[in-house]
Amino acid sequence: MDEQEKPLSLVLFSGTDDKLNAAAVLTVGAAVMGRPVNIFLQYYALRAFRAGKVCADHALAWEATDALTHVIRAHPGQHWSELLKQAKDVGEVNIQACALSMDMFHLKQADLDPLVDGIEGVAAFMASVSDGQVLFI
Amino acid sequence: MSTVQIDKTIDARGMACPGPLMNLIGAIRQGQVGQIFEVLSSDEGSKTDIPAWTAKAKHELVEVRQDEGYAHFIVRKAR
Repeated sequence: MDEQEKPLSLVLFSGTDDKLNAAAVLTVGAAVMGRPVNIFLQYYALRAFRAGKVCADHALAWEATDALTHVIRAHPGQHWSELLKQAKDVGEVNIQACALSMDMFHLKQADLDPLVDGIEGVAAFMASVSDGQVLFI
Repeated sequence: MSTVQIDKTIDARGMACPGPLMNLIGAIRQGQVGQIFEVLSSDEGSKTDIPAWTAKAKHELVEVRQDEGYAHFIVRKAR
């Protein structure tokens, strides 16, 4: 993986476990294929990354009926936080908390899980996006 | 049956995507150049992911063989 790949940038807004898991799977895929990944945490996604809260039940998106919830919860796949750790281990993954959301929820960096690398404003995030894609999840 | 000498077998059967691939990546990173790794995976995603990653990371996919309910992926660490 010598050539420089375009970064993949994810804005995580939703804080439900299914969306976080889908985002973590995309992150692993991009990281193993040599693409740098930038993650910007806003609103409910940021709240899911609070220290000690990562493995809490963050519920599922509204599409998840009771029957689907059972299927999703029974699946043996890894937790999104574990997938993100693996992605960081094999690739270049930078997770930043949105400064505005931090302020809104009265959070400091010490309130966040160590998966979060720092706090940045939206312009800094856009600088890291460069000419790569942005997905809003 | 395969005739290549396997240095390490990773039994990832039952693991969900992308677990088998991640286990292969972990093993290859710790291994020596030239070593042959075999992954056993029942995950459908492995059928596309392991060849894609192996090509991207410039290792060699020696063989893919379907078994009952799982597949064998044999990869040589090339660099």
